[in-house]
Amino acid sequence: MTTLWQIFWLFALLSMVAFGGGAGVIPDMQRGAVETYRWMTAKEFLDLFAISRSAPGPGSMIAVLIGQKAAGLAGAAVAFVAMFMPSCLVVHFVAKGWDRAARKPWRAVVEQALAPIGIGMTFASGLALAQGTEHEYVSYAVTATATLVFAFTSINPILLLAAGGAVMLLAGV
Amino acid sequence: MPTRPRPALSALFMGFVTIGLSSFGGGLTAWVRREVVQRRGWLDDQQFLSGYALSQLVPGATNVNLAVFIGTQLRGVPGALACFAGLTFPPTIIACTLGAIYFGMHGMPGGESLSIALGGMGAVAIGLNLGTGIRLARRGIRKIVPALIAATVAVSVGIAGLPLIPVLGVMIPVSLLAAWWASRAA
Repeated sequence: MTTLWQIFWLFALLSMVAFGGGAGVIPDMQRGAVETYRWMTAKEFLDLFAISRSAPGPGSMIAVLIGQKAAGLAGAAVAFVAMFMPSCLVVHFVAKGWDRAARKPWRAVVEQALAPIGIGMTFASGLALAQGTEHEYVSYAVTATATLVFAFTSINPILLLAAGGAVMLLAGV
Repeated sequence: MPTRPRPALSALFMGFVTIGLSSFGGGLTAWVRREVVQRRGWLDDQQFLSGYALSQLVPGATNVNLAVFIGTQLRGVPGALACFAGLTFPPTIIACTLGAIYFGMHGMPGGESLSIALGGMGAVAIGLNLGTGIRLARRGIRKIVPALIAATVAVSVGIAGLPLIPVLGVMIPVSLLAAWWASRAA
């Protein structure tokens, strides 16, 4: 039972400070799971990170895997609730307030102002990910090609992903 | 104000199931825009972008926030739940299954090739993010000031590695001022 509480508080707190997305709190997750609570070794944490990146869906799925390692399926469920519920409640109320302002002139101004911010953040997340993962020449080439193909054609991204995996296997990086 | 579509809850759920299951390696935003703006037309680019920026400002996983935001906008509480469940439930089941396999058998054979292939998919996923940025910029940026604002955010966070919150703390007021100025001039 104490482990479940520890899981709950770790992820509920991290959920509330995860400004700019879940990736920023990964180091804090590692500190909590490996050093503070000793649920796993550093190597196991890295493996779980790789698994969460390779599985589809939000990157924060690593929280579920940490919970699963610490306390089985109950731990996974607690981590899921703690990681997602607090921030989802906040965003729900923000969205409702946004809705009530539908006819206010300031909302149009705010929408116009947030558009270039959102575009800048889209580029920033891609650029930061490219720097964060150990990128070699081949992977930079793959990223650049995928960027251009996706921007200027309407190809299904699944095909691009499959091609990326195949290229890397053939290149034997 | 244009009337907003009222998609069925099942359509919202299935739309986000598609998004959740087709996104690998963190290129999720590209998939959300493709599904919600491009394929289904539930939101236009400006609504999508303001939702995306607000989702970043609220703590928590950005794309989960974005799903809740879009669901709330389109169908209130049930819509938020449908989008949230669609986005998170199937990937959670998959992650737990993979986790169980991993915990059950350490060091699978063929694991090396798998991780190489996954690395390639991750590299493509990053390209999907950047490509989405190009698409959005080509449609949404017509003037020099918004272009400079977008470039400043991209470079300071994405290349210089400055933390997002202080950057937004400066750039959002700047952008608000610029948009307010432009609306007065219009």
